Amino acid sequence: MKDFGFGLKKSGVMDLDGIDWTLFREIAAEEPSFMNCFYCGTCTATCSAGKYTGFNLRRLQLLVKRGQWEEVAQRIPECMLCGKCQWVCPKGVNTRHIVMLINKKLHARKIC
Amino acid sequence: MHERFANAFDPFVIPYMIGFVFVIAYLVVALCYVVKQLPLSDKKKMVKHLFSYKIFITVKDIFADCLLHVKIWKKNKLLGYMHSSIAFGWFMLIVVGHIEIFFFAPHRVNLPYYPIFFRYFMMETETTVGGSVFFFLMDFFLLMVLSGIALAMIKRLRRRFFGMKRTTRLKWNDRLGMYALWCIFPLRFLAESFTSHISGGGFLTRGFGMVFDWFNQFINNDALIRPTWWAYSMALMVFFLTLPWSRFTHILSEALLIYMRNAGIRETSKNNGYASVEIYSCSRCGLCLDPCQMVSGASLRQMASVEFTRNIRWGQRAQALEAASYCLMCNRCVQACPVGVNSVQLKLNLKGADIQYRYPHRYDYVESDAANRPLATTPAWANILQSGAETAAVEKTTGDAAPEVVYFAGCMSHLTPGIERSMVRIFKAAGVGYTFLDEEGGICCGRPMMLAGDRIGGEQLMARNTEAILATGARTLVCSCPICYKIFKDTYKLEGVRVLHHTEYLLQLLEAGRITVRKGAETGVYHDPCELGRHAGIYKQPRDVLYRVLNLHTTPYEGKDALCCGHSIAAEGMPYKKRRMIAKDALKKMTEKPVDVVVTACPSCKRAFAEIGTVGIKDIAEIVCEQLVLPQAQPQK
Repeated sequence: MKDFGFGLKKSGVMDLDGIDWTLFREIAAEEPSFMNCFYCGTCTATCSAGKYTGFNLRRLQLLVKRGQWEEVAQRIPECMLCGKCQWVCPKGVNTRHIVMLINKKLHARKIC
Repeated sequence: MHERFANAFDPFVIPYMIGFVFVIAYLVVALCYVVKQLPLSDKKKMVKHLFSYKIFITVKDIFADCLLHVKIWKKNKLLGYMHSSIAFGWFMLIVVGHIEIFFFAPHRVNLPYYPIFFRYFMMETETTVGGSVFFFLMDFFLLMVLSGIALAMIKRLRRRFFGMKRTTRLKWNDRLGMYALWCIFPLRFLAESFTSHISGGGFLTRGFGMVFDWFNQFINNDALIRPTWWAYSMALMVFFLTLPWSRFTHILSEALLIYMRNAGIRETSKNNGYASVEIYSCSRCGLCLDPCQMVSGASLRQMASVEFTRNIRWGQRAQALEAASYCLMCNRCVQACPVGVNSVQLKLNLKGADIQYRYPHRYDYVESDAANRPLATTPAWANILQSGAETAAVEKTTGDAAPEVVYFAGCMSHLTPGIERSMVRIFKAAGVGYTFLDEEGGICCGRPMMLAGDRIGGEQLMARNTEAILATGARTLVCSCPICYKIFKDTYKLEGVRVLHHTEYLLQLLEAGRITVRKGAETGVYHDPCELGRHAGIYKQPRDVLYRVLNLHTTPYEGKDALCCGHSIAAEGMPYKKRRMIAKDALKKMTEKPVDVVVTACPSCKRAFAEIGTVGIKDIAEIVCEQLVLPQAQPQK
């Protein structure tokens, strides 16, 4: 194929009916504050790990909700659990616990 | 005195003997089980301790803690009397009972039931004057135990008399054991009183025996003698048979716990033999309930340590884990425990063993980053203002290759930049050469990881931080966050580097005259952060600093009784609302007498209280910085 100097990005269209909600629901059942997150990104702005890597808790929470676990599994081990995100969260989300729960659930599914 | 029955036996001793043999067998099996779980070095320690002179200290400790309950006396005299009268009184009944046997029936020493039912088997004669001493002693200790039992009954109804706002709610197994214990001594008293016209007795049993004799004209008391002895024996049996499944297991395990502790065995990172002795030593006295702020501040009674140990003992892992994830690990319960059960360590161990906390960490970025982006981004001397009085200090020390101090603010301090700014200003004013290790944001110290139960991840972060700190060449490490301070001091291996929290460092600067401060007009109280106070034992230094800068008032919540701000990094499961409730409650208690400012030494506590917003909150570094007297005329702003 001829190189025009640009590529085609894969479509980001999602089939909302096909979303796997199980992970999100399991975590929200154990940590109800997950439901409060309105994806403002304050957690990501203050993140210690985010200074060194592409770790982005806001995105990971969103991906969990969308059922796209693969990227979550790849990124989540980078968190240092320092808890700054929890301090700055305007909605009182227990982010540290959510990171632990994501790990637990993915571990149980042998994804990470 | 001589024996009434030649065969020295009556069927009512059988229930007692069943219970007695059962307890001895349980003791042997449990001891083997515990010792089997211990590592070899601990087993050696246990044997070695038996033959060392320290065994006398252990005997003394067992006497003071298990029988006299000295620690409970210190909390509340009535509560102390209740516990020690039952334990010590019962012990003395056993001891004096055996001495009696030696005196009057030495050939019956081999019968374990004989001292228990002595009064039934022996009868008084004209010649036994020496027996009256024993009659008195036995009655005296019986009265002591009976008074303790009466107090125990009152305590279930009116615990406020005993200085307790809350006490444990008992399940059926504990109730069964407790009611059996309550029955034993009144039944013994009745049985001995009924028999006293044959066996003789002291002021109590013979005195009441005379009253019963008078009733004899209406009903035949003699017919009641054997049934009461039967009932006494049955009560003992029920108590012994329920012992392994009730709260009263602590009678056996507490002595073992003291022995093991004195032998030098300590909690490990796994819940092994020592931990199970600790769990069984919890007597569910409920003394940890009132200090627990989850209970008093946020109505989370089911999360208290006493419930946690119960859950872990009965294999209710899910509930135990939930309690562990709620716990603030402020150590207030450990401080209050009269037995010395380190429930915080038990919780950490449980978390560590759980899969949830087996964290698949990947911190290669920390390692690979080291080459192209050093953590210490600030050059050693770049921070020092080349002006005024500070220049002299700089010139004096620039000859050295390394800075005097390496400053590690910590993640939390980055969220309260006032602390960092103040510390930097103080360093400059004192002319201290320093490196600000994480000015641009460093990596975590590893303690939050440890508190989540993950040692491996924590150690990986620790290794990187150790490297970065040693690379600076400084001989002093100053931290602003007590969470970091605790791990730097206790767990890191920083050869030749002194680890100081900024409270300690500020005091050193003040005492050495490197900075001077003026005393302001503000009134304030000092809040001891859990990690700095109970965990690291730093109480005096911050107060010595604060006396110089403001009018320091005291509260009942100081030192070891200090409150927790509720925002501990350990409690990952606790909802934000509950944390806030605890913070609000703690701040309210501390500011009962109005003050201008609450001073603390932890960025977490500062933020937690600042959110409540009822009073000014400052860090100790900030308040010292405000009151700095600089050599130049113009104040530094």
